[in-house]
Amino acid sequence: MEVPYTVKNRPDTGLYNAKIGIWLFLASEVMLFGALFSSYILLRVTAQEGEWPTELLNVPIGTVNTLVLILSSVTVVMAWASLKLNNFKKFKFYQGLTVICAMIFVMIKSYEYRDKFTHHDVILTNGMRVDGHLVEETSEYIVLSHPLEYPAEKGIGYRPTALHEAEEEANAHGGGHHHTEDRKIMLSDIEKRTNWGPWANTYFAIYFTLTGLHALHVIGGALVMAYFWGPGSRMWKKNPEQFTNRIEVSGLFWHFVDLVWIFLFPILYLL
Amino acid sequence: MDSTEAKEHHGAEHDAGHGHDHHDPGFMRKYIFSTDHKIIGIQYGLTSLLFMLAGFFLIAVMRWSIAFPGEPLPVIGSLLNTFMAGMTSPVLDPETNELIGYAISNDLYNSFGAMHGTIMVFLAVVPLAFAAFGNYVVPLQIGAIDMAFPRLNMASYHLFLLGGLVMLGSFFIPGGPAQAGWTSYSPLATSIPTDGQLYWLIAMVIIITSSLLGAVNFIATIIQLRAPGMTWMRLPFFCWAQFVTAFLLLLAFPPLEVGALLQLMDRVAGTSFYLPTGLAISSMQDVSGGGSPLLYQHLFWFLGHPEVYVLILPAMGVVSEIIANNTRKPIWGYKSLVYSTLVLGFLSFIVWAHHMYLTGMGTKISTFFQTTTMIISIPSVIILTCLFISLWGGSIRFNTPMLFALAFLPMFGIGGLTGLPLGFNYSDIHLHDTYYVIGHFHYVVAPGTIFALIAGIYFWYPKLTGRYMSEFWGKVHFWCSFVFMNLTFQPMFAQGMAGMERRMADGGAGYSVANNPDAIGALADQFLKLNVNITFAAYALGLSQIPFIINLFYSISKGRSVESDNPWQSTTLEWQTPTPPPHGNFTTPPKVFAGPYEYSVPGAAQDYNPQNQKS
Amino acid sequence: MLQELFNLPANLPVVASEHGADVDNFIIYIHWLMAALFIGWSSYYIYVLWRFNGKKNKKADYHGARTHVSSYLEVAVAIVEVVLLTAFAIPMWAKVVEEVPKPEESTQIRVMAQQFAWNFMHPGADDKFGKQAFDLVSEENKFGRDLEDENGKDDIFTLNEIHLPVDKKVVFHTSSLDVIHSFKVIAMRICQDTIPGMSIPVWCEPLKVGRYQINCAQLCGNGHTAMTGGFLNVDSQEDYDAWLAQNTPADGEEGAGALSFE
Ligand code: HEA
Ligand code: HEA
Ligand code: CUA
Ligand SMILES: [Cu+2]
Repeated sequence: MEVPYTVKNRPDTGLYNAKIGIWLFLASEVMLFGALFSSYILLRVTAQEGEWPTELLNVPIGTVNTLVLILSSVTVVMAWASLKLNNFKKFKFYQGLTVICAMIFVMIKSYEYRDKFTHHDVILTNGMRVDGHLVEETSEYIVLSHPLEYPAEKGIGYRPTALHEAEEEANAHGGGHHHTEDRKIMLSDIEKRTNWGPWANTYFAIYFTLTGLHALHVIGGALVMAYFWGPGSRMWKKNPEQFTNRIEVSGLFWHFVDLVWIFLFPILYLL
Repeated sequence: MDSTEAKEHHGAEHDAGHGHDHHDPGFMRKYIFSTDHKIIGIQYGLTSLLFMLAGFFLIAVMRWSIAFPGEPLPVIGSLLNTFMAGMTSPVLDPETNELIGYAISNDLYNSFGAMHGTIMVFLAVVPLAFAAFGNYVVPLQIGAIDMAFPRLNMASYHLFLLGGLVMLGSFFIPGGPAQAGWTSYSPLATSIPTDGQLYWLIAMVIIITSSLLGAVNFIATIIQLRAPGMTWMRLPFFCWAQFVTAFLLLLAFPPLEVGALLQLMDRVAGTSFYLPTGLAISSMQDVSGGGSPLLYQHLFWFLGHPEVYVLILPAMGVVSEIIANNTRKPIWGYKSLVYSTLVLGFLSFIVWAHHMYLTGMGTKISTFFQTTTMIISIPSVIILTCLFISLWGGSIRFNTPMLFALAFLPMFGIGGLTGLPLGFNYSDIHLHDTYYVIGHFHYVVAPGTIFALIAGIYFWYPKLTGRYMSEFWGKVHFWCSFVFMNLTFQPMFAQGMAGMERRMADGGAGYSVANNPDAIGALADQFLKLNVNITFAAYALGLSQIPFIINLFYSISKGRSVESDNPWQSTTLEWQTPTPPPHGNFTTPPKVFAGPYEYSVPGAAQDYNPQNQKS
Repeated sequence: MLQELFNLPANLPVVASEHGADVDNFIIYIHWLMAALFIGWSSYYIYVLWRFNGKKNKKADYHGARTHVSSYLEVAVAIVEVVLLTAFAIPMWAKVVEEVPKPEESTQIRVMAQQFAWNFMHPGADDKFGKQAFDLVSEENKFGRDLEDENGKDDIFTLNEIHLPVDKKVVFHTSSLDVIHSFKVIAMRICQDTIPGMSIPVWCEPLKVGRYQINCAQLCGNGHTAMTGGFLNVDSQEDYDAWLAQNTPADGEEGAGALSFE
């Protein structure tokens, strides 16, 4: 006994089981990310004046990552189309390319994460505030590179919006608040400090949650596609039609993962 | 085919993904790691019945505290003290100072309250109504050999079990289980010290994942695997109900998953999603603030409301099957039933904030939500009306399943009607978070859903076992349950009207006149006294289940055997197979020629025309 | 439920606010609708179970009822609901939440709930609160006051007990220090969740002198049951003036110090 329509389409619905399964699964994923996007909106509109930091992410890097994912969206289609055209070699090539794109994406993302986790934000006992990258830490002091100093008004993790202009200006003129030499801070001078993890403020909280969950999807998808590229591809010999279906289904999932990123990129990096 | 040969044959190409037609597969594969929808249905059924018993046990302990606050818990007091050390309060004799027993502390009460709600909703009723009945009955009713994804089906049961065990595990950790109600509102849930809250969140994420897999599977099965001729309008109403339920689970659960995830982040990653600026809780000094407590409530109730229809729709499905069968006539207004259910499904996504009227809602938003709430009551009215009118002109057989199904109607009616004063925000001002709410929803879930599910068990039992359950003990079970259900929940409306609040370990004694003699608005004695009546009624209700439990197990081997494969002379496909159905369900692939409820067709020889017979 | 319907007016507790009677009446109107449906359907139900008992009625009728009464009934229910909604619920709610009385015509009170007690802040003789901000809130400064503000110097702080004049509208600005509580005064028919990080007004007009129980209507931790110490004292104008005079901090005295949290 076989469950019907695992390979062939059911005539009146025009679908095979796994395809309907993935569409349904994606519908629930839409609700999952939809709820997170809604949370993002709610947190953002209820944030106090100036309490939602912007422009803290590296847009060029984000853009590169976006392009990587878009590229993988193309290759994943090519892989499926190659199977449809009965060209297994080409499939291997494109499927492999997709997996590589996924890996590049995850690598770039982890570089970005590391950059944030090593970015420290310190409020000094004298009411000033310094943020920069941690380069050295001992039991007596810490050293921050590219430190930026300004009066601490709001809680930790926030940067006044006006600061960006100051920062840009400073960069342009090579002076101002922006110091290029490292800054050594005694621990005894520190009132409060945090790095830019999810605990720093609600912006980072939602940033890490959204991108983290998305990255898990990327990794999961990549594992599945790597499996179909490697050991899973043996099915091509036995049951090419079912194998093609599997590639189509995993491709649908991959498109969804890309699509989520297309939304994430602007709301987190640009707006 | 020779069985050993079959095994070897399949062992060789195992990863092909459809090696589930082994013969004689051994105990583990047959009962624990089975991919057969019928076995999985039974697994779900037994597990969820056990959870239901656990849920009852918790409320039994709580009801003692409500009726006799501070008094030592009889019988199991010291046992509870051993299990939940540190959470019971020792009671000393005022004169001799001797230990006379253990009372329920507030912590313990809150733990049990949160767990009663969670277990009953997520681990007892949903798995029983949706997963157990759905798994066993839906593929049979649509004429399929199994679910669309059998191995996914097995995975969802195992995930469910895992989630349930994690939830139960939290009883055994220091500090005990979650204490913030089944709603688990932040910041309370975040600031409660017990790790039980963490267990709750993790268990919820697992259970949700299990439900999502189940929902995908059900929808795919119903869309793809209907037998030839089983058109949408020939689908038994039970399948329609499960179909809509599956969509509710599929689309409403992910937001709760997000809600739980963000709360998890608040607890373990130090984020402030639900923690606003200006919080002064000594245990939580270091949070960044800037979050929103209401965000959690929106995410919770976005699930919460569709969830209540998840509890009721399968029940309505079961009741319609039984009513059609035992009135010996078609369901009146089948199409209205189907369309109402679809409308109900859609609307249930846009009424959630009626649980949040008193969180400071403006006129516009509250007008929207109370309007949708009133609109959604209309399809419920239509469904109930169809079922009521279906009785007209019938030739009603009053067997046990029918008695439970019949009792469902007015009981759900009372529960539904009392939803109306809660649905208008202006009356909710007085009734919110009182026992009126407790009465409202217990009428829909306990004498409503639970009665329907019990009816379903009595009804489909002969299909599973080839034997009937005892009619006599069934009727004893019914009448006792019916009386004590009403005695338990009916007085709660009076208490709620009088302003008695829910979630009070002392049953409102702190607000009583005795405690606040000069205060206006204190709770009058007569309402406090009802607590004692309710508690004993609830205990009697529990005892009334004993005949059922014995009947259920005794009849497996000793019950009266069925005379045929179709003992209730039913029309739907699950009765047109051998009893119990073999692996693969049907001996010949069924074809469908008729609607689901062709009873008493004028001119026909017998009073039922099975769906797979040409009339 | 029948019992409840017949005792309905008696079951509802004492009302002491201007809009309270409206709430009660509205509850009663809805219960009339419910009673009509309940009694109507119950009579039908009992009749049908008797009339179509299989022992009596051997042969079922394939078509069953041939009537449109049910559709009219459904429409009737819908119409009654629309009336309840548009004539009562919406406008009355709008009055409660949109027409919050202005400070000139009302007593203004700030309520800060806390595990497990009620903190009150009264603007004092000048009827003006000092400035307040959530990022100033701490366990020492529960209301997040700006201690420099002149208007705040005569503010009165009390724990659990607050006094108001009778027959004058009162606005409670509710918030919470820690978790969500709910500020409910049954006799006034007001109920408002107190949410940390938000200040939400709720108002009523007390009509009767008396000492009213304040309930916490939201699970707020293991002392939720014990959060019963709050009282709203509605005084005659003289008594109220006396209370105010007695509790107003003397010149130069720090407001918060005048009456500590007992
Ligand atoms: C199965 C579960 C279920 C169902 C079906 C419903 C159905 C409804 N519920 Fe209920 N509800 C809950 C479960 C359910 N509810 C739970 C669990 C809670 C509390 C959660 C918590 O806070 O912990 C709750 C709380 C709740 C609230 C929040 C109360 C508060 O906290 O203040 C509200 C408010 O609008 C509400 C409204 C409604 C409405 C309008 C319906 C409508 O859909 C009802 C429509 C039905 C009818 C109108 C009946 C029609 C019947 C007839 C016409 C025939 C009558 C005949 C006879 C009686 C013989 N419910
Ligand atoms: C589906 C949901 C469901 C069900 C069925 C029940 C069933 C019952 N509930 Fe519960 N209840 C809730 C969901 C449910 N409850 C929720 C969500 C809350 C709110 C929690 C919160 O505030 O956070 C609540 C709260 C709640 C309270 C209020 C507590 C408080 O506010 O402090 C009370 C008080 O009396 C109560 C009582 C009961 C009683 C007496 C039953 C009885 O009807 C129980 C009847 C059941 C039995 C008698 C067991 C029968 C057993 C079998 C049939 C199994 C047979 C076993 C085998 C064959 C192995 N419940
Ligand atoms: Cu405060 Cu309950
Ligand atoms: Cu609801």
